[in-house]
Amino acid sequence: MTTVLERDAATTGTAPSPLLQVSHLDVGFRPRGSHAVRPVVQDVSLSLPRGGCLALVGESGSGKSVTARTLVGLTGAGATVSAESLVLGGATPERDLDLASLDAAQWRRVRGGRIGFVLQDALVSLDPLRPVGREIDEVLRLHTELNRTERSHRVRELLASVGVPEPQLRAGQRPDQLSGGLRQRALIASALAGEPELLVADEPTTALDVTVQAQVLELLDQARGRGVGVLLISHDLSVVARLADTVAVMRGGRIVEQGPARSVLEDPQHEYTRALLAAVPSFATRGRRLSLDAGAPEAAEPGASVPDASVHSTALPDAAGSAPAGTAPAAPSASHVAPAQATRTGRGEHAASGKDDTRGDVVLQATSLRKAFRTPGGTHVAVADVSLALRRGRTLGIVGESGSGKSTTARLVLGLTEPDAGEVTLDGEAWAPLPEGRRRGRRRRISVVAQDPLSSFDPRWRVERIIADALPARLPRAERAARVTRLLGQVGLTDAVAHRLPLTLSGGQRQRVAIARALASEPEVIVLDEAVSALDVSVQAQVLDLLARLRDEFGLSYLFISHDLGVIAHLSDDVLVMRRGEVVESGDVRSVLTAPQHPYTQELVRAADVLHTPDRTGRRTA
Amino acid sequence: MSTDLAPGTQGTPTPGAPTLDSAVAAPSTQALATPEPTLSVQADPSPSGTRNPATARAGALRRLSPGLLLAAVLAALYLLAAVAPGLLATHGASELNLSAALTPPGWAHPFGTDEVGRDLYSRVVYGTRTSLLIGAGAAAVSLSLAVVLGTLAALGPRALAAVVNRVVEVQFAFPTLLLALLLVAITGPSAVAQVFAVAIGTTPGYARMIRGQLLGVRGSGYVEAATLLGHGRGRILLRQVLPNALRPLVAVFALCVGQSIVWASSLAFLGLGVAPPSPEWGALLDAGRAYVVHAPWLTLIPGLVIVVLAVVATTLGRHLQAALDHEEH
Repeated sequence: MTTVLERDAATTGTAPSPLLQVSHLDVGFRPRGSHAVRPVVQDVSLSLPRGGCLALVGESGSGKSVTARTLVGLTGAGATVSAESLVLGGATPERDLDLASLDAAQWRRVRGGRIGFVLQDALVSLDPLRPVGREIDEVLRLHTELNRTERSHRVRELLASVGVPEPQLRAGQRPDQLSGGLRQRALIASALAGEPELLVADEPTTALDVTVQAQVLELLDQARGRGVGVLLISHDLSVVARLADTVAVMRGGRIVEQGPARSVLEDPQHEYTRALLAAVPSFATRGRRLSLDAGAPEAAEPGASVPDASVHSTALPDAAGSAPAGTAPAAPSASHVAPAQATRTGRGEHAASGKDDTRGDVVLQATSLRKAFRTPGGTHVAVADVSLALRRGRTLGIVGESGSGKSTTARLVLGLTEPDAGEVTLDGEAWAPLPEGRRRGRRRRISVVAQDPLSSFDPRWRVERIIADALPARLPRAERAARVTRLLGQVGLTDAVAHRLPLTLSGGQRQRVAIARALASEPEVIVLDEAVSALDVSVQAQVLDLLARLRDEFGLSYLFISHDLGVIAHLSDDVLVMRRGEVVESGDVRSVLTAPQHPYTQELVRAADVLHTPDRTGRRTA
Repeated sequence: MSTDLAPGTQGTPTPGAPTLDSAVAAPSTQALATPEPTLSVQADPSPSGTRNPATARAGALRRLSPGLLLAAVLAALYLLAAVAPGLLATHGASELNLSAALTPPGWAHPFGTDEVGRDLYSRVVYGTRTSLLIGAGAAAVSLSLAVVLGTLAALGPRALAAVVNRVVEVQFAFPTLLLALLLVAITGPSAVAQVFAVAIGTTPGYARMIRGQLLGVRGSGYVEAATLLGHGRGRILLRQVLPNALRPLVAVFALCVGQSIVWASSLAFLGLGVAPPSPEWGALLDAGRAYVVHAPWLTLIPGLVIVVLAVVATTLGRHLQAALDHEEH
């Protein structure tokens, strides 16, 4: 511990050199069998003081993770790294370390010693066959002089310091025996074990539930308080807002904006930063479009370097606010409800909350659903007692953490799993429990959009056939093709996509295809199970805008399931908060979010901070 | 196959032939970087411009390794020998020449001659048809049985599935050759017996594989999606489950043919196959056994021919599998 104190003294001392100084960093990858280097990171300059927190923000493919990996020497074979300077500053100038000149053996001494590294998913980065205590012990063995007993003492101390209860017991457990939050804490403990000066955290909270996420952020903040510099990599602006004092926004391998967190998040200068901030859904963004310009962000997607990307983006209907040519007055057979509602112009309002509640009859109702699964350790009650009512033209959000039973609820409502007790009715008619044969004819009234659209597409089928499969049977060939084209247009895709295999589409395009298929059967209800969770924030914004537009255009009712309270707050009219298989609170989204009654809802609202856009939160101090 | 190979064959001497380079250079994508484009390609950009629609082709051409090329040429030779042995053979299959008995391999007789002076090379060529037919027949029977058993085990009614599973497991417990031997011992040696013996010996492994495939596909997201669209069970079975689960079998068949020929030859070597005067490869091995000390080529060469065929079939099967996987992912 004395070293930490010394380090503290150093930080408070006179003008120390920055902990990390990176200037003009370029990283490129050379594909196998090629001589051309593909640049991934270009001209990145960063500076991080001791005890500071610098956040690298950007979407997938922006180069932020590659930058982080470069700083721990893990870029891998085939990468070329060049920088004007890449220096880890020591307490004294003699301890300055030129990271660019290290060989593999030297890196091993630095990694885990002077630089700690925390990855996104602790389940993947921890050895599944090794107790977590041993993992931490190894770091101590490599980087400290402690003997065996001192080390085991220190392991417990470290685990306790990151808030792991019963450290003695937990140290002996393997990663799969720990919860996600505990795993991440153990990983952070192992990263801190070597008393690093710099902690590189690559999406440290992305896989975690919001309440756990808040605790992990607290932990990183504490480390910072002890003088550790934290380089935080995240796509999540609310995480960044809480922890970072400097923010660098990356896009396409370059830093487009860099500055103090407060000014970047509150008064963004670069257009891209503004778009990124505006794309974050929250209670405050209700009824507003999230994507600024429909064209640009989609084109920036890494997977979008496809021949028709430009065609596609210009054809996005949202940009003009009017329906695409394909949607217009619609062929006589298009029996979709009330296209007349779509007479909005400009950057239209979705009228999520503003409209009167006359469109109110209940489409889908579930009463006292219960479902238990047999597990090796007994029975696990996934859904204990859930009742819900979805009204026509409205969106019912179900929010809860992983394991809260929200996906099981969705499966029960869809009739994919039969409930142990309770019943579901669709338009007042029995829906579940019911033999599949008696449900099949009405299946088309409920559509579904899942989190991972790719796995819900037959891998042999092209987009055209995937969508046509959901159309009514026995349509003439020409009519089928016309309908597919129209549906693609409705979700903002061009006809060129029709002949592609889903695998070659970007994440956003795939989700649009899934939505087009969901629309094809002209449903009354669409169940959206974490439908935007896997998407980058700007793509998520576009898909949310699309969903809102389609709902208003066709009078659809959504059962919208998400772990993200911000997304729920943005889109839902009513909300159901689930925890451990039970509904702890439900009601109008405004009253639930502004005046949460149940302590769990209160915690959720606080942790997710949905009532404000992230730019107003500022950084919390420990 | 041959059309795919054509451009590659022109440039065989050096791997990374100019034709390949230009084909790769055609699409302007960064991801497909050019391995040192030759001067001729750089000097004349026009063909790359006109060949843009062939972008998909470029990937296939790029994967054309020398190994695959060699396998394809050899496979063509084997097929030619099976279809028109007269074109390749230098002598008749049973043309005796006692004065040249047991001649070692040389100019006149590339594979040497046997104890009655028959040209071994020509006998191998004439034996190809029988050997390949036995191999392909066994593979076809084996996979057909496997499809039936695997489908019943995966999708059949619970009780039936359980029975089929046990049967397959018991079958699995016997070594392949033992099972085949047993069968031939019962029926007596013949080509047909050989086919069925090998088929039944190799079926259990494939049945298990097919069952796994079917179960995987049945639990997949797209089958669930089809259910949610209101499609009936039969339609989902025909449209989604069977095609997706059985698709990998195309490649497996090639592997299975190679394997079957090896098994069939082993049976013949043990005297449980086609009778000796036939030039079937296993029978050649068996006949050569008596002279293994004085005329080792009589066993060595047919053995090598079998090994090469197995390698060729395996190589082609692997590439086919990779190509199918690539299309999938």
